[in-house]
Amino acid sequence: MYDVIVIGAGVTGCAVARELSRYKANVCVLEKCEDVCEGTSKANSAIVHAGFDAAQGSLMAKLNVRGNEMMDKLCEDLDIPFKRNGSMVVCIHKEALEGLKDLYDRGVANGVKDMKILSREEALEMEPNLSDNVQGALYAPTGGIICPFKLTIAMAENANMNGVEFRFNTKVEDITKNDDGTWKIRTNNGEYLTRYIVNAAGVYADKIHNMVSEKKAHIIERRGDYCLLDKEAGTHVTHTIFPQPTKLGKGVLVSPTVHGNLIVGPTAVDIEDKEGTNTTAEGIADLQAKANDHVKNLPLRKVITSFAGLRAHLEQHDFVIEEVADAPCFIDCLGIESPGLSSSPAIGEMVGNMLKEKMNLENKDNWISKRKDILDPSKLSIEERNELIKKNPAYGNIICRCESISEGEILDAIHRPLGARSLDGVKRRTRAGMGRCQAGFCSPRTMEILNRELGLSYEEITKSGGRSNIVLERTKNQKGEQA
Amino acid sequence: MISYDIVIVGGGPAGLAAAISARKAGVDKILILERDKELGGILNQCIHNGFGLHTFKEELTGPEYAQRFITQVLDEKIEYKLHTMVMDISSDRIVTAMSREDGMYQIKAGAVILAMGCRERPRGALNIPGYRPAGIFSAGTAQRLVNMEGYMPGREVVILGSGDIGLIMARRMTLEGAKVKVVAELMPYSGGLKRNIVQCLDDFGIPLKLSHTVVDIEGKEHLSAVTIAEVDKNMKPIPGTEERYTCDTLLLSCGLIPENELSRNAGVEMSPVTSGPVVNESLETNIPGVFACGNVLHVHDLVDYVSEEATRAGANAAKFVKGEMAENSDKVIDIVATDGARYTVPSTINVERMDDLLTVRFRVGAVYKNSYVSVYFDDERVMHNKKRIMAPGEMEQVILQKEKLKEKSGLKKITIRIEAEDAN
Repeated sequence: MYDVIVIGAGVTGCAVARELSRYKANVCVLEKCEDVCEGTSKANSAIVHAGFDAAQGSLMAKLNVRGNEMMDKLCEDLDIPFKRNGSMVVCIHKEALEGLKDLYDRGVANGVKDMKILSREEALEMEPNLSDNVQGALYAPTGGIICPFKLTIAMAENANMNGVEFRFNTKVEDITKNDDGTWKIRTNNGEYLTRYIVNAAGVYADKIHNMVSEKKAHIIERRGDYCLLDKEAGTHVTHTIFPQPTKLGKGVLVSPTVHGNLIVGPTAVDIEDKEGTNTTAEGIADLQAKANDHVKNLPLRKVITSFAGLRAHLEQHDFVIEEVADAPCFIDCLGIESPGLSSSPAIGEMVGNMLKEKMNLENKDNWISKRKDILDPSKLSIEERNELIKKNPAYGNIICRCESISEGEILDAIHRPLGARSLDGVKRRTRAGMGRCQAGFCSPRTMEILNRELGLSYEEITKSGGRSNIVLERTKNQKGEQA
Repeated sequence: MISYDIVIVGGGPAGLAAAISARKAGVDKILILERDKELGGILNQCIHNGFGLHTFKEELTGPEYAQRFITQVLDEKIEYKLHTMVMDISSDRIVTAMSREDGMYQIKAGAVILAMGCRERPRGALNIPGYRPAGIFSAGTAQRLVNMEGYMPGREVVILGSGDIGLIMARRMTLEGAKVKVVAELMPYSGGLKRNIVQCLDDFGIPLKLSHTVVDIEGKEHLSAVTIAEVDKNMKPIPGTEERYTCDTLLLSCGLIPENELSRNAGVEMSPVTSGPVVNESLETNIPGVFACGNVLHVHDLVDYVSEEATRAGANAAKFVKGEMAENSDKVIDIVATDGARYTVPSTINVERMDDLLTVRFRVGAVYKNSYVSVYFDDERVMHNKKRIMAPGEMEQVILQKEKLKEKSGLKKITIRIEAEDAN
């Protein structure tokens, strides 16, 4: 019997898990995929919003601003990169300039600090590649950029270090109430009993909610296509550049990433498909056209990959974080769309506090708040690096040439808590395969390491779990040799 | 800091030939740095034959061709380091390298020869819409998995792009029992050699669809199907021409990109057309003493030409370190590629420094039938050679004579253009 089971190991579930790991409680996270960060958390703008966009008085506004405030300390504790590069909302139509003032006022009401309205000249001085049509901009210095993989993985690892269990490849099929008021969760991987459930299932959160409640929820999958550009284009803008927001969202942004690439996206198309993460030609064309409206000379020839993510959109466009009225001991996190990543630390805190109160949870005496990220040898001097290689020669063996990732880093990624088991698992933890050749060079080499370290046969190695196997079988020749 | 006369970055066909040539020119301390576990570079995974027809007048496999050079490197006792990644080259020719055994270290190089080769354009750079499942490989990655690791990616294959590696892999996968359903090529012509189209596709009944591209990729976890469509003149898919192919493997052979991260960081000037360094008649970059050859300079069609070019780079680097190279004066002749010729290597000539004969290589931008390669010295046409066919997949060359260039004093510009029959 668990005290709490969290359904979903995205950024929300992992933030909740980390908060719960502070307390004396048996906590387990169930995840249908083979790793953390496999849904919405892996395909988004990778930014920390300042908080001026969400409607005044909404939970979204409150948690965005709080999450933003928490981010420095959290990222320091988790040893992951976070940069407050500042964001700018760019106005390109004179008649829309008033809209900037509205945003500014909303931001002030939401508690966003240090915002400023910039003239055309001030905006261009800060960002010379803004469109020639720029009329003015709202500047929010608290906006930032972050690595969504590292944030999610780090929170999960830290939770795991503190005793939270994770069950991967475990898909919730049904939830029923036992006579004693506890929950029984049926999965493809056995049954789980728990006192409390936290529903952090992202685009599937409506399905999970509807297993226990008569008041049905409906999540609309809002798809967004993105393009990621080569590091050569990474300084085309230095702030996160938004157009003025519309009903469908905050529009197509152009932003540096914390790793030095440039990200352009997302589009916003409502679909009815929880797995519909396919990009479309129209989507890519649309976002490229829109990005060009507010940023000029975008080097779109330097795209190294495109992808699509789904936002878990609710009709009322606000987060719903509450105990379900007709299902006591079941906490929903519904509608965690943008700014979900920015809000995640605050969502974790909120759910943690709710459960602490309801369950009378006590603090652990030995809670570990910090975690060390995978060592980045590129930050070392030649002497330090040599010391490292002497101790562990794997750090002298470069596996991913584009991002200069060594075997040592990959071994660390595999063998740390909740370690990588697939090519994507290695990629999201180390960036091996995330550069401009997109794993063409390193994937056979990474496969060799996974084979050796985890005892997985080549045929068993996957891109990202499930049936995403890389190779099918041995060649004729090799089969002959083995026979 | 340790020092060498010449440091060669890359132990593939270009690096090997450059090393041998520099040694033959009398350079003592030469070091080849190779990141893989053996010398030979990409040739090691090219187990098909067809290499060496020009160089050795016989048909060799890739590893056999490489071995001819490796043997010479060993005979000449040229030093090399394997498992070694070059991390940085500075503009004053300090090479920073790293390996398990030696850690990270710096080498002062009298001359540097860039011979890093090229890489394949990945799916992401092609903006192909659809899902991002397992089962999509650049053709060279699949070639490595099949030929070196001994694993088959799948059984039902679609290939996008008709570059040579894609064509070779169409045959290879077929011989391994896979069904290659179609090769789709965006352009109205193939990017590969004619002989590969005949020997790798036609002989196996594999259809090549020109002016076609992939417009959708299906499969959430593993590839299950792709849709290809015909494209119009602007390369936009034509609605109604879509054809769906079930498959578990999509190979991409959509172009090669010279691998010049190190060169760029060193401050080497790049050509936007070739994505390789801009070089003079000595295959020297804008940084004195830094030379380039092979696919890092411009993507070649035949390895024989890589070896030939690298031999020149090695000889020139030797001249440089021995102080035998004429001073680079400002009397430089520009070579301009125009009217169908896309670029030239080299792109400038200092007559004082050129050999008696200088091969200038280039590629054309479209298919030309019964056309002429014309060379102009300033405004005077000095060469007008008829070619039955020229295609972007094959390199072209003209050979310039030092004597002729000397005769024409005050020559500022050499122009290479493709002309129709009636032009004069």
